[in-house]
Amino acid sequence: MSTATTHAEEVHVHAHDHEHEHHEPNFIQKYIFSEDHKTIAKQYLIMGILWAFVGGSLSIMFRLQLGFPEMQLDWLRPILGEWIDESGKLDKEFYLALVTMHGTIMVFFVLTAGLSGTFSNFLIPLQIGARDMASGFINMLSFWFFFLSSAVMFSSLFIETGPASGGWVIYPPLSALPQAMPGSGLGMTLWLTSMAFFIVSSLMGGINYICTIINLRTRGMTFTRMPLTIWSFFFTAILGLLSFPVLLSAALLLIFDRSFGTSFYLSEIYIQGQALPNMGGSPILYQHLFWFLGHPEVYIVLLPALGMTSEIIATNSRKPIFGYRAMIGSMMGITLLAFIVWAHHMFVTGMNPFLGSVFMFLTLIIAVPSAVKAFNYITTLWKGNLIFTPAMLFSIGLVSLFISGGVTGIILGNSALDINLHDTYFVVAHFHLVMGSASFFGLMAGVYHWYPKMFGRMMNKTLGYIHFWATFVGVYCVFFPMHYTGIAGFPRRYYSFTALGNGREEAFTDLNAFISIAAILTFSAQAIFFFNFFYSMFKGKKATQNPWNSTTLEWTTPVIAGHGNWPGEIPAVYRWPYDYSKPGSATDFIPQNVPYSATPESNLPEENEEIANEKAIESLLAAQNESYNR
Amino acid sequence: MNYLIALLSVVFFILAISVIAKSMKLNKNLAQGEDESSALDSSNNTNAYGMLIFWLLGTIAGVWSFQNSLPDFLPEAASKHGLETDKMFWVSMAVVTMAFFVTNTLLLFFAFKYRYNKDRKATFYPVNHKLELIWTVIPAIVMAILVFTGWRTWRDITSQAPSDAVVIEITGHQFGWYVRYGGNDDNQLGNYNYKLIDETNSIGIDYTDKNSFDDFTANELHLPKGKPVLLKIHAQDVLHSVYLPYQRVKMDAVPGMPTKFWFTPTLSTDEMRAKTGNKDFNYKLNCTEICGRGHFGMAITVFVDEPEDYKKWCAEQKPFLAMNPAYLEKVPANLKAKASKYIPAEPIATDSTAAAAAL
Repeated sequence: MSTATTHAEEVHVHAHDHEHEHHEPNFIQKYIFSEDHKTIAKQYLIMGILWAFVGGSLSIMFRLQLGFPEMQLDWLRPILGEWIDESGKLDKEFYLALVTMHGTIMVFFVLTAGLSGTFSNFLIPLQIGARDMASGFINMLSFWFFFLSSAVMFSSLFIETGPASGGWVIYPPLSALPQAMPGSGLGMTLWLTSMAFFIVSSLMGGINYICTIINLRTRGMTFTRMPLTIWSFFFTAILGLLSFPVLLSAALLLIFDRSFGTSFYLSEIYIQGQALPNMGGSPILYQHLFWFLGHPEVYIVLLPALGMTSEIIATNSRKPIFGYRAMIGSMMGITLLAFIVWAHHMFVTGMNPFLGSVFMFLTLIIAVPSAVKAFNYITTLWKGNLIFTPAMLFSIGLVSLFISGGVTGIILGNSALDINLHDTYFVVAHFHLVMGSASFFGLMAGVYHWYPKMFGRMMNKTLGYIHFWATFVGVYCVFFPMHYTGIAGFPRRYYSFTALGNGREEAFTDLNAFISIAAILTFSAQAIFFFNFFYSMFKGKKATQNPWNSTTLEWTTPVIAGHGNWPGEIPAVYRWPYDYSKPGSATDFIPQNVPYSATPESNLPEENEEIANEKAIESLLAAQNESYNR
Repeated sequence: MNYLIALLSVVFFILAISVIAKSMKLNKNLAQGEDESSALDSSNNTNAYGMLIFWLLGTIAGVWSFQNSLPDFLPEAASKHGLETDKMFWVSMAVVTMAFFVTNTLLLFFAFKYRYNKDRKATFYPVNHKLELIWTVIPAIVMAILVFTGWRTWRDITSQAPSDAVVIEITGHQFGWYVRYGGNDDNQLGNYNYKLIDETNSIGIDYTDKNSFDDFTANELHLPKGKPVLLKIHAQDVLHSVYLPYQRVKMDAVPGMPTKFWFTPTLSTDEMRAKTGNKDFNYKLNCTEICGRGHFGMAITVFVDEPEDYKKWCAEQKPFLAMNPAYLEKVPANLKAKASKYIPAEPIATDSTAAAAAL
């Protein structure tokens, strides 16, 4: 501390010099190879939105097959070419490719990069009061590795043998042997290459997020004054940092098996009239490695959505989030448990049944923190004064989907019940609700809420409402009925259900058609968002500085924040981020940068004691400035 | 029924358009009177009522669609453990459906009830430890009960198969299943080795093992009713998964790692035909692990026979060696005599030399 004060003057001089060194960045520096976290966030967001439309349209194609097995798809030939066979049907292998790419794109490119990449980048510096990320350069690299990864993955859609087709989990030996299916040839090579880049990107992002949150919080921003969004990004980054490398190792071993004749995952294989020499490998090893990432991945996509929802629900209920510390605790619990439940994806793989019991115990524990979160959201609404902005609607939708999809996890996590339900549509319904749709709703909520901060303009609210209701109703219409086909034992990744026999396909023909129609309508409704997003960017109503009357720091920046976020000093933080409708206060929100000494009328007794610490917080200014000029 | 769907989609479409039109109008009419600085707008109440309507329609749709799908769910489980897991499934389902219904109701109802009212101020209610403790402990207790019952059932299902279990080998390959029985004499499966696979011996039965001699193969799976059955599961090329939907049996087939599953069928094919009122009813064995182009069609028919019928069927089956005497060559010299028993007394002309040489 003393060092900081002695150098204060010197620092000031430096700071002055620093400002003079700034040149107006040229177009490329500003919009393409930008090191500004806000621009990088927007780049992630736009990539994510584009990917979402690609991933969504792939799902519509296979829903056409599932909902209308008799339909002639010749009209798709201009897009799909040879993948529509002579009889006008979707090629059976391409069907699997569609399923695979839909999963890969949605999980990794939309809900990991598009969600966490966008909002971690955008909100971490703004909400903790930092000028930028710890390393702007690594942050830029992170996006461009993601871009490279996207380019490789996208190109794999157009090659002759088709993209990877072994399911998004790419279990070997199917994914290891090009003779098993054409998609396991070049398509799989590109998939693995793309994922390697993706992992590099996400590691560089994650390490930056963690560093920034730990080191660059503004003065007074203690951990317990951080908004829940930041907590969620923090846990997400930790999850990613510890689990993505395991996926990389799984992918590397697979690459070795595919190209260099090793036998990590291959043993005793006879395929296409040929006995392969590989001995001693285990396909189960791959599954363990994959799900060691695969399960945390679920929380990597879900936690940021939950974090943002906490923020949005509190703001628009005009009420503090209920149980702030319990929320942090439950996220911490989820983060820890996320690492030790992976094998519940593998109950019927032939894994030791005792291991199955252990993982069942651990899995069902995770329901407890999840339940706490759901109850806390509901209690936050209770006796609030709710303003239904599109962001708020999507947040409420998220909580609903989180519950609806979450409860069936209790069934699937039970290994005895999983025997019959594993790899059926019950699983598809479960994870599309709890992970897919809930996270997607979080993404949408985030976009609607922080759009004014991103682009300085408001999105059209009416279009937002329509978008919400169409999507909310649509998502339930698509995924809720899938529980029924799941209970009826319909397996996933089936091109058609004829082989089930006994008239079971016929029994659900109408339901499958209904699901497909609902999917097409829901997907079409996203065009409303697409239009609203890009139209408002140029023609939207100009935003005010703090349009939602929110307490967090990002709303103290100018409407369009420049490089460095705050033109003057970074504000200090004196209180937690949820002082909404505080008794005694004239306004219904008190921003985090308002000291307790300025609000004697609303302070709680213990907060009056905090006033004594304000001097200490203010005295950190010099040290903080110094850290930016080193 | 297609008309119904078309109708539904038209209704959906009209609804969407009317909502758009209405909200546009509302927006236009009331835009002037609005406070520009507030996030609040005239649609706030509409959205709040939307929550209520969604709850109401959702509940009706949920109950109706469940009732409607109920007859098409899998019929009563046809295995001992299946009856138990089914019961547990529906009990758990009832618990979670209740949780689902109550929490969603509270969520949507609170959203409606506490919609913005300028005369009211939100209650500053940041924490209540007692409440939090209650809703941490209650789910924990419910989970503990579910886990414990689930674990006991799982333990029983995955326990060692009884020693008198009928052992049947299932081998998955792209895209079909091979079935092998232990034979009528020793009732023991012989070894196999993937390197011995050829066009005829598609399982790779190892004829240096004397247990292999009487093994017979089949294109369909026959199971004795009421007897424990142990399936020994292999895969030749990629992952597959044995799924007997009616018996609630599922276990992956893994190349290089034999897996197993034992169960007791309780309803014969005939009984199930009577129960479902479908005289063409047949049990199936499907694949549930993505394995390539033909994944969805990778199925064989399963027959559950009365024990005496099963015995009769087994007795009618000829050992693989009897059908393909050429494999006698692979039998080591000291076992030739034992193996020759299975070669038909009057071999067909083409094989006569081989058979003679063996003798």
